[in-house]
Amino acid sequence: MKSTGILEWIIEKLLFTCAALSVLTTAGIISVLAFETYEFLREVPVLEFLTGTEWTPLFANQKFGVLPLVGGTLLVSAIAMVVALPMGLLAAIYLSEYSPSGFRRVVKPILEILAGVPTVVYGYFALTFVTPLLQRFLPELSGFNALSPGLVMGLMILPLVSSLSEDAMRAVPRGLREGSYALGATRMQTALKVVVPAAFSGITAAFILAVSRAIGETMIVAIAAGQQPRLTASPFVPVETMTAYIVQVSLGDTPQGTLEYRTIFAVGMLLFLMTFGLNLISTWLRERFREEYA
Amino acid sequence: MKKRLDLLFQIASLMTLVIALTALGALVWDIISDGASRLSLSFLTNIASRNAAEAGVYHALMGSIWVIALTGALALPIGVAAAIYLEEYGTRSRMARFIELNISNLAAVPSIIYGLLGLGLFVRLMGMGQSVMAGAATLALLALPVVILSTREALRTVPNTIREGSYALGATKWQTIWHQVLPMATPGVLTGLILALSRAIGETAPLITIGALTYIPFAPDTVWSKFTVLPIQVFNWVSRPQAEFKTNAAAGILVLLVLLLSMNAVAIVVRDRHQRQGRA
Repeated sequence: MKSTGILEWIIEKLLFTCAALSVLTTAGIISVLAFETYEFLREVPVLEFLTGTEWTPLFANQKFGVLPLVGGTLLVSAIAMVVALPMGLLAAIYLSEYSPSGFRRVVKPILEILAGVPTVVYGYFALTFVTPLLQRFLPELSGFNALSPGLVMGLMILPLVSSLSEDAMRAVPRGLREGSYALGATRMQTALKVVVPAAFSGITAAFILAVSRAIGETMIVAIAAGQQPRLTASPFVPVETMTAYIVQVSLGDTPQGTLEYRTIFAVGMLLFLMTFGLNLISTWLRERFREEYA
Repeated sequence: MKKRLDLLFQIASLMTLVIALTALGALVWDIISDGASRLSLSFLTNIASRNAAEAGVYHALMGSIWVIALTGALALPIGVAAAIYLEEYGTRSRMARFIELNISNLAAVPSIIYGLLGLGLFVRLMGMGQSVMAGAATLALLALPVVILSTREALRTVPNTIREGSYALGATKWQTIWHQVLPMATPGVLTGLILALSRAIGETAPLITIGALTYIPFAPDTVWSKFTVLPIQVFNWVSRPQAEFKTNAAAGILVLLVLLLSMNAVAIVVRDRHQRQGRA
């Protein structure tokens, strides 16, 4: 009898260890990034890194201003959001407020396929299909640019936005809708003035998660946006994102322990902080939303 | 007027779905029309080559299979154990809440960050080098949040009466979980695992970051072998300027998509069988 008690105790501790591994993963990410970033910042002043406008660590004349990479990342992400947020929200409104349930059952799995396509495939699509297509209308568009990967990334993120927003809207109690209809409102008025505001924190959480996903997306931009760090607002010229830079260095044979090698961890740290902050806000908003309609 | 506006809005909303589905159609059509003609048995059995017409995906395909099998072997036991703890043991504790919050945050960390972790931890610190093991360990960490979440859902569907019946017969907590709860949750767990792995098999960025090579002249024969995977091979071909290599990339994507679809088909079969059993 006693031995089974000990066994049960051991098993519980083992299970706990596996669960705690996730905390160790976070700790591991932070320590690996922090260690190399610290080494990097001993040679490059923080201020130069965060405010410099030239990024040329792989050239003879090294400059370590990360702003061109941040700018490229934000530019592509902004284009993606222009596609994903309004379209995702409208799709969610249609699925939650208008569509017959049979239609939903067919469309939702297809949207899931859209979300499950490997990103390298989207990169191929952006480079070999969308860019040439856009060039027909925009002759000044270069072969690598921010526009095409931005649009394709928006398409990739759309299912995430629509599915999370739809969940939030479906959680809004029926009574609110019925009250609105009873006052003579149309379905559009009910959707836009009652359901969307009621689901606001849930929808915002979805939007923020989408931004975070766009900032961290790698292969689409590595394939179709180019490898030229430049601080520009023009979507027609090649840019380089933070993620694409990490890929570029990883593909070369930069020796371990050099300053060039450490740049990818410093850039990674910045990327991690940006996405982690956004994720925390998103989680917090979702929790609040759950409390509202528990 | 109000009615017409409402109809217009409904059509606009529907259009977003139509546009999204059309784009998906264009993507599939683009890849099939570019790559289908290049597909052949020799494309599957040939190795990477400087000559586009002779190049194949054999080593990359083998690399993908090795990495994914090992990823599953690592992520399944750890993920299931973690889920059992959170769902059956620590549901009320503060620590469990913290772990839960942490897992949902990890699920949204960009995959390339996992690559940097793998590079620093597995490749350098643990000295695994750019091996199948290092790649699988990295992808397992990436897949864990998904496995944990889906396992928890599967555990939640097991009715409490099963647990109570088992306790009433004198079984301990672990006996109840191992002999009653887990078998009933297995189909759900497997579905979640397959979905997690089908995401992992398309992952490119973390493996490039840990230093998986773009050209490998051999297939892995142990977990310590160096390796490349299908998505990296595709990326390598896409990055070349010559059109023939783009065709190869499209054909490589088709192989990858077939692999993905068959994994998803297995998941659907498992889920369906489970649902039928549940009703019986």
